[in-house]
Amino acid sequence: MKSKSRQKEIKKILMTGNEAIAQGAIDAGCRFYAGYPITPQNELTAYMARCMPDSGGVFVQSESEVAAINMVFGASCAGARSMTSSSSPGISLKQEGISYIAGAELPAVVVNIMRGGPGLGNIWPSQSDYFQATRGGGHGDYHSIVLAPSSVQEAYDLMFLAFDLADNYRNPVMVLGDGILGQMMEPLQVTSHKSQVTGQKAVVCLPIGKATSQKTWALTGCEGRNPNIIKSFRMKEGDLEKLNLALQKKYKAIRQKEARFESLFLEDAKIIIVAYGTMARIAKGAVGMLRAKGKKAGLLRPITLWPFPEKVFKDLQARNSKLKTLLVTEMSYGQMLEDVKLALDGKLKVEFLGRAGGGVPTEEDIIRKAGKIL
Amino acid sequence: MKEAQKIFSRPRSLRNISTHYCGGCGHGIAHRLVAEIVDELGIRERVIAVAPVGCAVIAYDYWDFDCSEAAHGRALAVATGIKRVRPQNIVFTYQGDGDLAAIGTSETIHAANRGENVTVIFINNAIYGMTGGQMAPTTLLGQRTATTPAGRQIGVHGAPLKISEMLALLPAVKYIERVSLHSPQEVLKAKSAIKRAFQSQIDNLGFSMVEVLSACPTYWDMPPKKALDWIRDVMSKEFPLGRIK
Repeated sequence: MKSKSRQKEIKKILMTGNEAIAQGAIDAGCRFYAGYPITPQNELTAYMARCMPDSGGVFVQSESEVAAINMVFGASCAGARSMTSSSSPGISLKQEGISYIAGAELPAVVVNIMRGGPGLGNIWPSQSDYFQATRGGGHGDYHSIVLAPSSVQEAYDLMFLAFDLADNYRNPVMVLGDGILGQMMEPLQVTSHKSQVTGQKAVVCLPIGKATSQKTWALTGCEGRNPNIIKSFRMKEGDLEKLNLALQKKYKAIRQKEARFESLFLEDAKIIIVAYGTMARIAKGAVGMLRAKGKKAGLLRPITLWPFPEKVFKDLQARNSKLKTLLVTEMSYGQMLEDVKLALDGKLKVEFLGRAGGGVPTEEDIIRKAGKIL
Repeated sequence: MKEAQKIFSRPRSLRNISTHYCGGCGHGIAHRLVAEIVDELGIRERVIAVAPVGCAVIAYDYWDFDCSEAAHGRALAVATGIKRVRPQNIVFTYQGDGDLAAIGTSETIHAANRGENVTVIFINNAIYGMTGGQMAPTTLLGQRTATTPAGRQIGVHGAPLKISEMLALLPAVKYIERVSLHSPQEVLKAKSAIKRAFQSQIDNLGFSMVEVLSACPTYWDMPPKKALDWIRDVMSKEFPLGRIK
């Protein structure tokens, strides 16, 4: 614990997004991390190796991404706030484990600092894993909750929300960043833990080896209670359907309560740029430049990619009759675009600007495209 | 006249329900041995088991203590996560040959090499039972299976994988013994080995494993008695019994 005077001294620290995510996880009570090296998220793993033991937690460099996610499965079974991180090809390998975590209803946080694909691709930033992140990714009817930070500060802050949502819904939560967010350095202000899930008390983080009374389902040895079993396997006729219906009910509640977004100038915009993560930073710059030229542009930035903030899209027309077009921009060839179109249900025109494989649309690209539309 | 005394009963750690195993299968005996040892060591309230994918996938329905499932082959990664978070608990995996020595070879070798202080009960029946009798990494040369209809051939399928001997090379592996369930005497030896493996974990020595040669009469296409004799006369020649480390 830092003394109060020391906390006062440290106002802001300069950190990469990868390090901020690691520090955010530790501050949010994460006490188990397993990971395997892959660029561009290696600073996160190294930070965990350096800082997790001092925080009373466990760091394991696993033999593979597959092993890492299954170690997280085990640590979560045992009641710890647990996390792994990787980048796109490694996240593909983790899909088996994420599906099991969803099926066994375990809380866990998975960070994906996306790089270019498909295949080995390259190590440049990308947003091409949106489909994989928001559609489940592994086998079976399940969803991970997906959070998309767009700054180093937000990457840190969202780790608290990630662990709270994971525990509250006993569901995998993915934090979806990209190589730019992971690598860039920005000033960061560390905060103390307040639960960000409505109506929930903050989960008290307990050191390794202590029982957590809040997780009565955890495997701690059956002293004084009936044995707990953690499984996703349901062979008895009707059992798996029951589990699936329970999951669907949970997903419905998450859709209703947990959608988050940031917006600018929705009320008077003629064009709204829709972007998340790093692309939203660029889009925000473009909106500012368009406004400076007297062009009425707005910004809509989904913070949760699943649940997708559908309502704000559905309400756009009613809020602003001058709005004609939405311009979706991504470091992909149009993945979030599908969710925007689904939410709008054909009611507004949607244009798209995207590059991938390391290409990043610039402010000028966005302004040019918006100019053509306006 | 003396009153009758109950001297033999179902272990506390084994639920009073019938198993789904085929006649002559070794899993029922192995489950019971684990349950007896858990009772004898007085660790029922702190043991956490990790069940495999394979015939023993619902082992948690039979044991009466905390259990988790694991994806196929990943039991030792799951056990690593559990034990690292709760070192005061006694954590073991129960895995078949396909689970531990084929799809999970990587997890097995690296958990052993890290010296994870967990115990492995490795059931070697030289076949995939759950999926219908396909070749396992431990299938014997010449053995006919669903996927080696002409028998396993060394030049095509490789030799039976001796994972216990491989793991014995690793410095952090502290105890490995190969036992068999083909006769009452061997079952008693198996029980002693399982006890030593758990004791090794209780004493914080490191990775411990017991390989159990176990019959699969259904997919060996043999009556149960013949299957037991086959372990004694054929299988244990390829997989010699005794302390490996």
